[in-house]
Amino acid sequence: MNDHIDLNRLRDPSFIAAVEAQSGQNVSTCYQCGNCTAGCPAGFAYDMPVSQIMRGVQLGLRDSVLHSRSIWMCLSCSTCSQRCPNNIDVAAVMETLRHMARKAGYVTVPKMEKFWLSFLNTVRLFGRSHEIGTMALYMMRSLRVFTDVDLAPTAIAKGKLGLLPHIPPGGAKPVARIFQRYKERARREGVRP
Amino acid sequence: MNVAYYPGCSAKGSSKDYEISTQAVCRALNITLEEIPGWNCCGSTPAHAVDTELSAALCARNLDIAASQGAKLLLTPCPSCLSNLRAASQRMEKPEFRQRVNELLDTPAAETFPEVLSVMQGIAMQLDKENLALRVKKTLKGLRLAAYYGCLMSRPADRMRFEDPENPQLMEDLLTACGAEMVDFPLKTACCGAAFGIPERAMTARNSGRILELAARLDVDAVITACPLCQMNLDLRQTQAGRALNTRFHMPVVYFTQMLGLALGLPRKQLGLNKLAVSADKLLGKLDDPRLADAEGGQQS
Repeated sequence: MNDHIDLNRLRDPSFIAAVEAQSGQNVSTCYQCGNCTAGCPAGFAYDMPVSQIMRGVQLGLRDSVLHSRSIWMCLSCSTCSQRCPNNIDVAAVMETLRHMARKAGYVTVPKMEKFWLSFLNTVRLFGRSHEIGTMALYMMRSLRVFTDVDLAPTAIAKGKLGLLPHIPPGGAKPVARIFQRYKERARREGVRP
Repeated sequence: MNVAYYPGCSAKGSSKDYEISTQAVCRALNITLEEIPGWNCCGSTPAHAVDTELSAALCARNLDIAASQGAKLLLTPCPSCLSNLRAASQRMEKPEFRQRVNELLDTPAAETFPEVLSVMQGIAMQLDKENLALRVKKTLKGLRLAAYYGCLMSRPADRMRFEDPENPQLMEDLLTACGAEMVDFPLKTACCGAAFGIPERAMTARNSGRILELAARLDVDAVITACPLCQMNLDLRQTQAGRALNTRFHMPVVYFTQMLGLALGLPRKQLGLNKLAVSADKLLGKLDDPRLADAEGGQQS
Protein backbone atom coordinates (compact mmCIF):
# COMPACT_ATOMS: atom_id res chain seq x y z
CA MET A 1 0.00 0.00 0.00
CA ASN A 2 2.99 2.31 0.32
CA ASP A 3 4.01 2.23 -3.34
CA HIS A 4 1.29 4.47 -4.67
CA ILE A 5 -0.52 7.68 -3.76
CA ASP A 6 -4.18 7.15 -2.93
CA LEU A 7 -5.98 10.17 -4.34
CA ASN A 8 -9.26 9.08 -2.82
CA ARG A 9 -8.01 8.79 0.72
CA LEU A 10 -9.21 12.24 1.78
CA ARG A 11 -12.41 12.20 -0.23
CA ASP A 12 -15.87 11.64 1.16
CA PRO A 13 -18.21 11.23 -1.81
CA SER A 14 -21.30 11.54 0.38
CA PHE A 15 -20.24 15.01 1.51
CA ILE A 16 -21.55 16.98 -1.46
CA ALA A 17 -24.94 15.29 -1.21
CA ALA A 18 -25.16 16.13 2.49
CA VAL A 19 -24.20 19.79 1.91
CA GLU A 20 -26.66 20.11 -0.99
CA ALA A 21 -29.49 18.57 1.01
CA GLN A 22 -28.92 20.73 4.09
CA SER A 23 -28.33 24.01 2.26
CA GLY A 24 -30.89 23.45 -0.50
CA GLN A 25 -28.25 24.58 -3.01
CA ASN A 26 -26.98 22.93 -6.14
CA VAL A 27 -23.24 23.18 -5.45
CA SER A 28 -22.44 20.95 -8.44
CA THR A 29 -23.18 23.82 -10.83
CA CYS A 30 -20.24 25.92 -9.55
CA TYR A 31 -17.76 26.34 -12.42
CA GLN A 32 -15.13 28.31 -10.51
CA CYS A 33 -15.67 31.75 -12.02
CA GLY A 34 -14.41 33.30 -8.78
CA ASN A 35 -17.05 36.03 -8.50
CA CYS A 36 -17.76 35.04 -4.90
CA THR A 37 -14.11 35.32 -3.91
CA ALA A 38 -13.68 38.61 -5.80
CA GLY A 39 -16.52 40.32 -3.91
CA CYS A 40 -16.01 38.80 -0.45
CA PRO A 41 -15.37 41.52 2.17
CA ALA A 42 -14.08 38.95 4.67
CA GLY A 43 -11.79 37.11 2.25
CA PHE A 44 -8.64 38.73 3.64
CA ALA A 45 -9.18 36.74 6.84
CA TYR A 46 -9.88 33.40 5.10
CA ASP A 47 -7.45 30.50 4.86
CA MET A 48 -9.33 29.08 1.83
CA PRO A 49 -11.04 31.52 -0.57
CA VAL A 50 -14.77 30.88 -0.78
CA SER A 51 -14.52 29.60 -4.38
CA GLN A 52 -12.02 26.97 -3.17
CA ILE A 53 -14.44 26.01 -0.41
CA MET A 54 -17.05 25.41 -3.12
CA ARG A 55 -14.56 23.28 -5.07
CA GLY A 56 -13.69 21.40 -1.89
CA VAL A 57 -17.36 20.55 -1.39
CA GLN A 58 -17.60 19.28 -4.98
CA LEU A 59 -14.53 17.10 -4.46
CA GLY A 60 -15.80 15.75 -1.14
CA LEU A 61 -12.86 17.18 0.81
CA ARG A 62 -14.92 17.12 3.97
CA ASP A 63 -12.13 17.48 6.50
CA SER A 64 -10.33 20.41 4.89
CA VAL A 65 -13.56 22.30 4.35
CA LEU A 66 -15.03 21.69 7.81
CA HIS A 67 -11.71 22.54 9.50
CA SER A 68 -11.25 25.76 7.54
CA ARG A 69 -11.05 29.13 9.24
CA SER A 70 -13.09 30.67 6.40
CA ILE A 71 -16.46 29.19 7.42
CA TRP A 72 -16.13 30.99 10.78
CA MET A 73 -15.01 34.33 9.34
CA CYS A 74 -17.90 34.64 6.85
CA LEU A 75 -19.89 37.83 7.56
CA SER A 76 -23.14 36.44 6.08
CA CYS A 77 -23.46 39.57 3.90
CA SER A 78 -24.56 37.47 0.87
CA THR A 79 -22.50 39.44 -1.66
CA CYS A 80 -21.29 36.06 -3.01
CA SER A 81 -24.85 34.76 -3.39
CA GLN A 82 -25.93 37.94 -5.15
CA ARG A 83 -23.13 37.70 -7.72
CA CYS A 84 -23.13 33.95 -8.42
CA PRO A 85 -23.94 33.45 -12.12
CA ASN A 86 -25.42 30.04 -11.32
CA ASN A 87 -27.71 31.32 -8.57
CA ILE A 88 -26.04 29.34 -5.83
CA ASP A 89 -26.76 30.91 -2.44
CA VAL A 90 -23.09 30.64 -1.51
CA ALA A 91 -23.64 32.29 1.89
CA ALA A 92 -26.22 29.59 2.69
CA VAL A 93 -23.63 26.94 1.80
CA MET A 94 -21.08 28.62 4.09
CA GLU A 95 -23.65 28.67 6.88
CA THR A 96 -24.48 25.00 6.35
CA LEU A 97 -20.78 24.15 6.53
CA ARG A 98 -20.45 26.05 9.79
CA HIS A 99 -23.42 24.17 11.22
CA MET A 100 -21.93 20.85 10.10
CA ALA A 101 -18.55 21.73 11.57
CA ARG A 102 -20.02 22.76 14.94
CA LYS A 103 -22.21 19.67 15.13
CA ALA A 104 -19.16 17.52 14.46
CA GLY A 105 -17.26 19.40 17.18
CA TYR A 106 -14.82 21.22 14.87
CA VAL A 107 -14.46 24.83 16.00
CA THR A 108 -11.48 26.31 14.19
CA VAL A 109 -12.03 29.88 15.42
CA PRO A 110 -13.25 29.40 19.01
CA LYS A 111 -13.59 33.12 19.78
CA MET A 112 -16.39 33.43 17.21
CA GLU A 113 -18.35 30.65 18.84
CA LYS A 114 -17.66 32.13 22.29
CA PHE A 115 -19.08 35.44 21.15
CA TRP A 116 -22.22 33.89 19.69
CA LEU A 117 -22.85 31.74 22.74
CA SER A 118 -22.35 34.74 25.05
CA PHE A 119 -24.94 36.69 23.08
CA LEU A 120 -27.37 33.76 23.11
CA ASN A 121 -26.89 33.29 26.87
CA THR A 122 -28.21 36.79 27.45
CA VAL A 123 -31.21 36.02 25.23
CA ARG A 124 -31.90 32.83 27.19
CA LEU A 125 -31.58 34.63 30.54
CA PHE A 126 -33.44 37.85 29.75
CA GLY A 127 -35.55 37.11 26.67
CA ARG A 128 -33.80 39.96 24.91
CA SER A 129 -30.15 40.37 24.10
CA HIS A 130 -28.12 42.53 26.43
CA GLU A 131 -25.02 44.29 25.18
CA ILE A 132 -23.07 44.66 28.42
CA GLY A 133 -24.02 41.15 29.47
CA THR A 134 -22.76 39.78 26.13
CA MET A 135 -19.48 41.65 26.55
CA ALA A 136 -18.99 40.47 30.14
CA LEU A 137 -19.67 36.82 29.29
CA TYR A 138 -17.46 37.03 26.22
CA MET A 139 -14.57 38.52 28.22
CA MET A 140 -14.86 35.73 30.77
CA ARG A 141 -15.02 33.00 28.15
CA SER A 142 -12.24 34.33 25.96
CA LEU A 143 -10.09 35.87 28.70
CA ARG A 144 -9.85 38.95 26.49
CA VAL A 145 -10.75 41.31 29.29
CA PHE A 146 -9.80 44.52 27.53
CA THR A 147 -12.10 43.99 24.55
CA ASP A 148 -13.46 47.40 23.50
CA VAL A 149 -12.70 49.17 26.79
CA ASP A 150 -11.71 52.13 24.58
CA LEU A 151 -15.37 52.52 23.57
CA ALA A 152 -16.83 52.43 27.06
CA PRO A 153 -16.43 56.14 28.00
CA THR A 154 -18.25 57.41 24.87
CA ALA A 155 -20.88 54.67 24.94
CA ILE A 156 -21.69 55.43 28.58
CA ALA A 157 -21.58 59.23 28.16
CA LYS A 158 -23.98 59.03 25.21
CA GLY A 159 -26.36 56.75 27.14
CA LYS A 160 -25.87 54.05 24.51
CA LEU A 161 -25.42 51.19 26.92
CA GLY A 162 -28.30 49.91 28.98
CA LEU A 163 -26.68 48.81 32.23
CA LEU A 164 -29.67 46.69 33.21
CA PRO A 165 -31.08 44.03 30.91
CA HIS A 166 -34.45 44.70 29.32
CA ILE A 167 -36.77 41.83 30.19
CA PRO A 168 -40.07 41.53 28.26
CA PRO A 169 -43.26 42.07 30.24
CA GLY A 170 -44.40 38.57 31.16
CA GLY A 171 -40.82 37.48 31.80
CA ALA A 172 -38.10 35.59 30.01
CA LYS A 173 -39.35 32.07 30.81
CA PRO A 174 -41.00 31.36 27.42
CA VAL A 175 -37.69 32.11 25.69
CA ALA A 176 -35.69 30.04 28.18
CA ARG A 177 -38.02 27.11 27.37
CA ILE A 178 -37.20 27.43 23.63
CA PHE A 179 -33.49 27.11 24.48
CA GLN A 180 -34.17 24.24 26.88
CA ARG A 181 -36.04 22.22 24.23
CA TYR A 182 -33.39 23.03 21.65
CA LYS A 183 -30.65 21.76 23.96
CA GLU A 184 -32.53 18.59 24.88
CA ARG A 185 -33.20 17.79 21.25
CA ALA A 186 -29.57 18.36 20.27
CA ARG A 187 -28.52 15.96 23.03
CA ARG A 188 -31.01 13.35 21.91
CA GLU A 189 -29.71 13.66 18.37
CA GLY A 190 -26.11 13.50 19.55
CA VAL A 191 -24.97 16.88 18.18
CA ARG A 192 -23.36 19.91 19.78
CA PRO A 193 -26.16 22.35 20.78
CA MET B 1 -52.15 53.22 9.17
CA ASN B 2 -51.98 50.84 12.16
CA VAL B 3 -49.20 48.26 12.07
CA ALA B 4 -47.59 45.79 14.45
CA TYR B 5 -44.14 46.90 15.51
CA TYR B 6 -41.04 44.93 16.46
CA PRO B 7 -38.40 47.37 17.83
CA GLY B 8 -35.59 44.83 18.29
CA CYS B 9 -33.21 44.69 21.24
CA SER B 10 -30.84 47.44 20.16
CA ALA B 11 -33.78 49.87 20.36
CA LYS B 12 -33.55 49.37 24.13
CA GLY B 13 -29.77 49.86 24.20
CA SER B 14 -27.28 51.11 21.65
CA SER B 15 -29.81 52.47 19.15
CA LYS B 16 -32.21 54.37 21.41
CA ASP B 17 -31.75 57.31 19.04
CA TYR B 18 -33.02 55.24 16.08
CA GLU B 19 -35.96 54.13 18.19
CA ILE B 20 -37.06 57.56 19.41
CA SER B 21 -36.65 59.14 15.97
CA THR B 22 -38.58 56.25 14.37
CA GLN B 23 -41.38 56.76 16.88
CA ALA B 24 -41.39 60.54 16.33
CA VAL B 25 -41.42 60.33 12.52
CA CYS B 26 -44.10 57.63 12.41
CA ARG B 27 -46.25 59.65 14.81
CA ALA B 28 -45.89 62.71 12.60
CA LEU B 29 -46.84 60.68 9.51
CA ASN B 30 -49.87 59.02 11.17
CA ILE B 31 -48.34 55.56 11.24
CA THR B 32 -49.45 53.96 14.51
CA LEU B 33 -46.85 51.49 15.72
CA GLU B 34 -48.35 48.82 17.97
CA GLU B 35 -45.48 47.12 19.77
CA ILE B 36 -45.84 43.31 19.87
CA PRO B 37 -46.60 42.52 23.53
CA GLY B 38 -43.85 40.51 25.22
CA TRP B 39 -41.63 40.32 22.12
CA ASN B 40 -38.27 38.55 22.44
CA CYS B 41 -34.91 38.78 20.67
CA CYS B 42 -34.91 37.45 17.09
CA GLY B 43 -31.56 35.76 17.85
CA SER B 44 -29.76 38.02 15.38
CA THR B 45 -26.63 36.60 13.70
CA PRO B 46 -25.53 34.40 16.63
CA ALA B 47 -28.73 32.30 16.50
CA HIS B 48 -28.66 31.60 12.76
CA ALA B 49 -24.90 31.10 12.84
CA VAL B 50 -25.45 28.35 15.42
CA ASP B 51 -28.69 26.75 14.22
CA THR B 52 -31.40 27.62 11.68
CA GLU B 53 -34.21 26.01 13.66
CA LEU B 54 -33.29 27.79 16.90
CA SER B 55 -33.23 31.10 14.99
CA ALA B 56 -36.61 30.37 13.41
CA ALA B 57 -38.14 29.40 16.76
CA LEU B 58 -37.07 32.68 18.38
CA CYS B 59 -38.57 34.59 15.43
CA ALA B 60 -41.70 32.44 15.18
CA ARG B 61 -42.68 33.27 18.76
CA ASN B 62 -42.82 36.97 17.83
CA LEU B 63 -44.58 36.37 14.52
CA ASP B 64 -47.09 34.16 16.30
CA ILE B 65 -47.93 36.84 18.89
CA ALA B 66 -48.34 39.42 16.11
CA ALA B 67 -50.58 37.02 14.16
CA SER B 68 -52.71 36.34 17.24
CA GLN B 69 -53.27 40.11 17.53
CA GLY B 70 -54.64 40.06 14.01
CA ALA B 71 -51.70 41.93 12.47
CA LYS B 72 -51.33 41.79 8.68
CA LEU B 73 -48.23 43.95 8.52
CA LEU B 74 -45.28 44.06 10.90
CA LEU B 75 -42.64 46.78 10.73
CA THR B 76 -39.16 46.67 12.22
CA PRO B 77 -36.43 49.33 12.03
CA CYS B 78 -33.54 46.83 12.24
CA PRO B 79 -32.37 45.03 9.06
CA SER B 80 -31.03 42.08 11.06
CA CYS B 81 -34.39 41.54 12.77
CA LEU B 82 -36.06 42.04 9.39
CA SER B 83 -33.84 39.42 7.78
CA ASN B 84 -34.38 36.85 10.53
CA LEU B 85 -38.14 37.37 10.75
CA ARG B 86 -38.51 37.11 6.97
CA ALA B 87 -36.25 34.04 6.84
CA ALA B 88 -38.32 32.30 9.51
CA SER B 89 -41.58 33.08 7.66
CA GLN B 90 -40.13 31.80 4.41
CA ARG B 91 -38.63 28.60 5.88
CA MET B 92 -41.74 27.74 7.86
CA GLU B 93 -43.66 27.32 4.62
CA LYS B 94 -41.95 23.91 4.47
CA PRO B 95 -43.97 21.47 6.61
CA GLU B 96 -40.97 19.46 7.92
CA PHE B 97 -39.18 22.63 8.96
CA ARG B 98 -42.32 24.03 10.58
CA GLN B 99 -42.72 20.76 12.49
CA ARG B 100 -39.14 20.94 13.84
CA VAL B 101 -39.62 24.58 14.89
CA ASN B 102 -43.00 23.94 16.50
CA GLU B 103 -41.33 21.28 18.67
CA LEU B 104 -39.27 24.08 20.23
CA LEU B 105 -42.26 26.33 20.97
CA ASP B 106 -44.77 26.22 23.84
CA THR B 107 -47.62 25.88 21.35
CA PRO B 108 -47.48 25.41 17.57
CA ALA B 109 -47.15 28.72 15.69
CA ALA B 110 -49.97 30.26 13.66
CA GLU B 111 -50.31 28.95 10.09
CA THR B 112 -49.96 32.40 8.55
CA PHE B 113 -47.74 35.21 9.72
CA PRO B 114 -47.98 38.94 9.01
CA GLU B 115 -45.84 40.35 6.20
CA VAL B 116 -42.66 41.82 7.69
CA LEU B 117 -41.23 45.01 6.18
CA SER B 118 -38.73 47.63 7.25
CA VAL B 119 -39.87 50.90 8.80
CA MET B 120 -38.38 52.58 5.72
CA GLN B 121 -40.73 50.63 3.44
CA GLY B 122 -43.62 51.37 5.81
CA ILE B 123 -42.97 55.10 5.54
CA ALA B 124 -42.81 54.87 1.74
CA MET B 125 -46.11 52.96 1.75
CA GLN B 126 -47.75 55.63 3.86
CA LEU B 127 -46.85 58.51 1.57
CA ASP B 128 -45.10 58.87 -1.76
CA LYS B 129 -42.24 61.26 -2.61
CA GLU B 130 -44.56 64.05 -3.71
CA ASN B 131 -46.61 63.90 -0.53
CA LEU B 132 -43.50 63.68 1.62
CA ALA B 133 -42.13 66.79 -0.11
CA LEU B 134 -45.34 68.61 0.82
CA ARG B 135 -44.79 67.71 4.49
CA VAL B 136 -41.26 69.16 4.62
CA LYS B 137 -41.06 72.07 7.04
CA LYS B 138 -37.30 72.45 7.07
CA THR B 139 -35.64 71.64 3.76
CA LEU B 140 -32.42 69.64 3.75
CA LYS B 141 -31.25 71.73 0.80
CA GLY B 142 -27.53 72.39 0.97
CA LEU B 143 -26.77 69.03 2.59
CA ARG B 144 -24.78 66.49 0.62
CA LEU B 145 -25.45 63.00 1.93
CA ALA B 146 -24.49 59.38 1.26
CA ALA B 147 -27.20 56.73 1.73
CA TYR B 148 -25.74 53.58 3.26
CA TYR B 149 -28.10 50.60 3.50
CA GLY B 150 -25.68 47.96 4.73
CA CYS B 151 -25.72 44.38 3.50
CA LEU B 152 -28.79 42.90 5.18
CA MET B 153 -31.56 45.23 4.06
CA SER B 154 -31.51 44.01 0.45
CA ARG B 155 -29.80 40.61 0.61
CA PRO B 156 -30.33 37.75 0.09
CA ALA B 157 -32.56 39.16 -2.66
CA ASP B 158 -35.24 36.44 -2.73
CA ARG B 159 -35.72 36.77 1.03
CA MET B 160 -35.61 40.55 1.38
CA ARG B 161 -37.32 41.67 -1.85
CA PHE B 162 -36.01 45.17 -1.23
CA GLU B 163 -35.48 46.88 -4.59
CA ASP B 164 -32.21 46.29 -6.50
CA PRO B 165 -30.10 44.17 -4.10
CA GLU B 166 -26.92 46.11 -4.91
CA ASN B 167 -28.35 49.49 -5.80
CA PRO B 168 -31.47 50.30 -3.77
CA GLN B 169 -32.85 53.85 -4.13
CA LEU B 170 -35.55 54.13 -1.48
CA MET B 171 -33.50 56.12 1.03
CA GLU B 172 -32.32 58.46 -1.71
CA ASP B 173 -35.91 58.96 -2.85
CA LEU B 174 -37.06 59.88 0.67
CA LEU B 175 -34.18 62.25 1.38
CA THR B 176 -34.21 63.85 -2.07
CA ALA B 177 -37.89 64.63 -1.47
CA CYS B 178 -36.69 66.43 1.67
CA GLY B 179 -34.32 68.57 -0.39
CA ALA B 180 -30.99 66.83 0.25
CA GLU B 181 -28.41 66.17 -2.44
CA MET B 182 -27.70 62.42 -2.49
CA VAL B 183 -24.36 61.33 -3.90
CA ASP B 184 -23.89 58.16 -5.89
CA PHE B 185 -22.46 55.86 -3.21
CA PRO B 186 -21.03 52.64 -4.67
CA LEU B 187 -20.50 51.03 -1.23
CA LYS B 188 -24.13 51.55 -0.22
CA THR B 189 -24.75 47.83 0.30
CA ALA B 190 -21.23 46.78 1.29
CA CYS B 191 -20.83 45.04 4.65
CA CYS B 192 -19.60 47.16 7.61
CA GLY B 193 -18.08 44.15 9.40
CA ALA B 194 -21.22 43.36 11.35
CA ALA B 195 -20.91 41.94 14.85
CA PHE B 196 -17.24 41.03 14.34
CA GLY B 197 -16.32 44.27 16.16
CA ILE B 198 -16.09 42.37 19.43
CA PRO B 199 -14.40 39.05 18.50
CA GLU B 200 -12.40 40.21 15.43
CA ARG B 201 -11.92 43.96 15.47
CA ALA B 202 -9.76 44.07 12.32
CA MET B 203 -12.67 42.80 10.22
CA THR B 204 -14.96 45.62 11.28
CA ALA B 205 -12.30 48.32 11.30
CA ARG B 206 -11.20 47.47 7.76
CA ASN B 207 -14.69 47.19 6.26
CA SER B 208 -16.13 50.21 8.05
CA GLY B 209 -12.94 52.14 7.25
CA ARG B 210 -13.46 51.62 3.51
CA ILE B 211 -16.99 52.98 3.73
CA LEU B 212 -15.97 56.03 5.78
CA GLU B 213 -12.99 56.68 3.51
CA LEU B 214 -15.19 56.77 0.42
CA ALA B 215 -17.72 59.00 2.16
CA ALA B 216 -14.91 61.40 3.17
CA ARG B 217 -13.54 61.41 -0.37
CA LEU B 218 -16.98 62.25 -1.73
CA ASP B 219 -17.04 65.14 0.73
CA VAL B 220 -20.47 64.39 2.15
CA ASP B 221 -21.87 66.05 5.27
CA ALA B 222 -23.00 62.72 6.70
CA VAL B 223 -23.49 59.04 6.02
CA ILE B 224 -27.14 58.10 6.47
CA THR B 225 -27.87 54.63 7.86
CA ALA B 226 -30.86 52.40 8.48
CA CYS B 227 -29.17 49.75 10.66
CA PRO B 228 -28.26 49.88 14.37
CA LEU B 229 -25.15 47.75 13.91
CA CYS B 230 -23.89 49.65 10.85
CA GLN B 231 -24.44 52.90 12.73
CA MET B 232 -22.47 51.66 15.72
CA ASN B 233 -19.60 50.39 13.60
CA LEU B 234 -19.35 53.60 11.58
CA ASP B 235 -19.97 56.03 14.46
CA LEU B 236 -18.92 54.63 17.85
CA ARG B 237 -16.11 52.60 16.25
CA GLN B 238 -15.04 55.40 13.89
CA THR B 239 -11.74 55.96 15.74
CA GLN B 240 -10.92 52.24 15.44
CA ALA B 241 -11.71 52.35 11.72
CA GLY B 242 -9.52 55.43 11.28
CA ARG B 243 -6.64 53.80 13.12
CA ALA B 244 -6.84 50.76 10.82
CA LEU B 245 -6.40 53.07 7.82
CA ASN B 246 -3.84 55.39 9.47
CA THR B 247 -6.19 58.31 9.36
CA ARG B 248 -8.81 60.16 11.41
CA PHE B 249 -12.36 60.51 10.26
CA HIS B 250 -14.86 63.15 11.36
CA MET B 251 -17.91 61.80 9.62
CA PRO B 252 -21.33 62.09 11.25
CA VAL B 253 -23.34 58.89 10.83
CA VAL B 254 -27.02 59.66 11.17
CA TYR B 255 -30.14 57.48 11.03
CA PHE B 256 -32.46 58.19 8.10
CA THR B 257 -35.29 58.67 10.61
CA GLN B 258 -33.29 61.45 12.30
CA MET B 259 -32.89 63.21 8.92
CA LEU B 260 -36.58 62.77 8.10
CA GLY B 261 -37.45 64.14 11.54
CA LEU B 262 -35.32 67.22 10.93
CA ALA B 263 -37.00 67.78 7.56
CA LEU B 264 -40.46 67.35 9.08
CA GLY B 265 -39.54 70.07 11.56
CA LEU B 266 -39.80 67.81 14.62
CA PRO B 267 -38.18 69.05 17.84
CA ARG B 268 -34.52 67.99 17.79
CA LYS B 269 -34.83 66.61 21.32
CA GLN B 270 -37.21 63.98 19.92
CA LEU B 271 -34.60 62.79 17.45
CA GLY B 272 -31.78 61.75 19.78
CA LEU B 273 -29.12 63.62 17.81
CA ASN B 274 -27.18 64.21 21.03
CA LYS B 275 -26.50 60.47 21.23
CA LEU B 276 -24.27 60.36 18.16
CA ALA B 277 -20.62 59.67 19.03
CA VAL B 278 -19.41 61.87 16.14
CA SER B 279 -21.19 65.18 16.58
CA ALA B 280 -23.64 66.29 13.90
CA ASP B 281 -23.40 69.94 15.01
CA LYS B 282 -21.70 71.09 11.81
CA LEU B 283 -24.47 69.54 9.75
CA LEU B 284 -27.14 71.08 11.98
CA GLY B 285 -25.37 74.44 11.68
CA LYS B 286 -25.54 74.17 7.90
CA LEU B 287 -29.22 73.36 8.16
CA ASP B 288 -29.77 76.44 10.30
CA ASP B 289 -27.81 78.72 7.97
CA PRO B 290 -30.45 81.04 6.47
CA ARG B 291 -28.49 81.26 3.21
CA LEU B 292 -28.99 77.51 2.74
CA ALA B 293 -32.38 77.06 4.33
CA ASP B 294 -34.26 79.16 1.81
CA ALA B 295 -36.54 76.57 0.23
CA GLU B 296 -37.32 78.80 -2.73
CA GLY B 297 -33.73 79.94 -3.33
CA GLY B 298 -32.24 76.93 -5.03
CA GLN B 299 -29.13 78.76 -6.25
CA GLN B 300 -26.96 78.49 -3.15
CA SER B 301 -24.85 75.46 -2.49
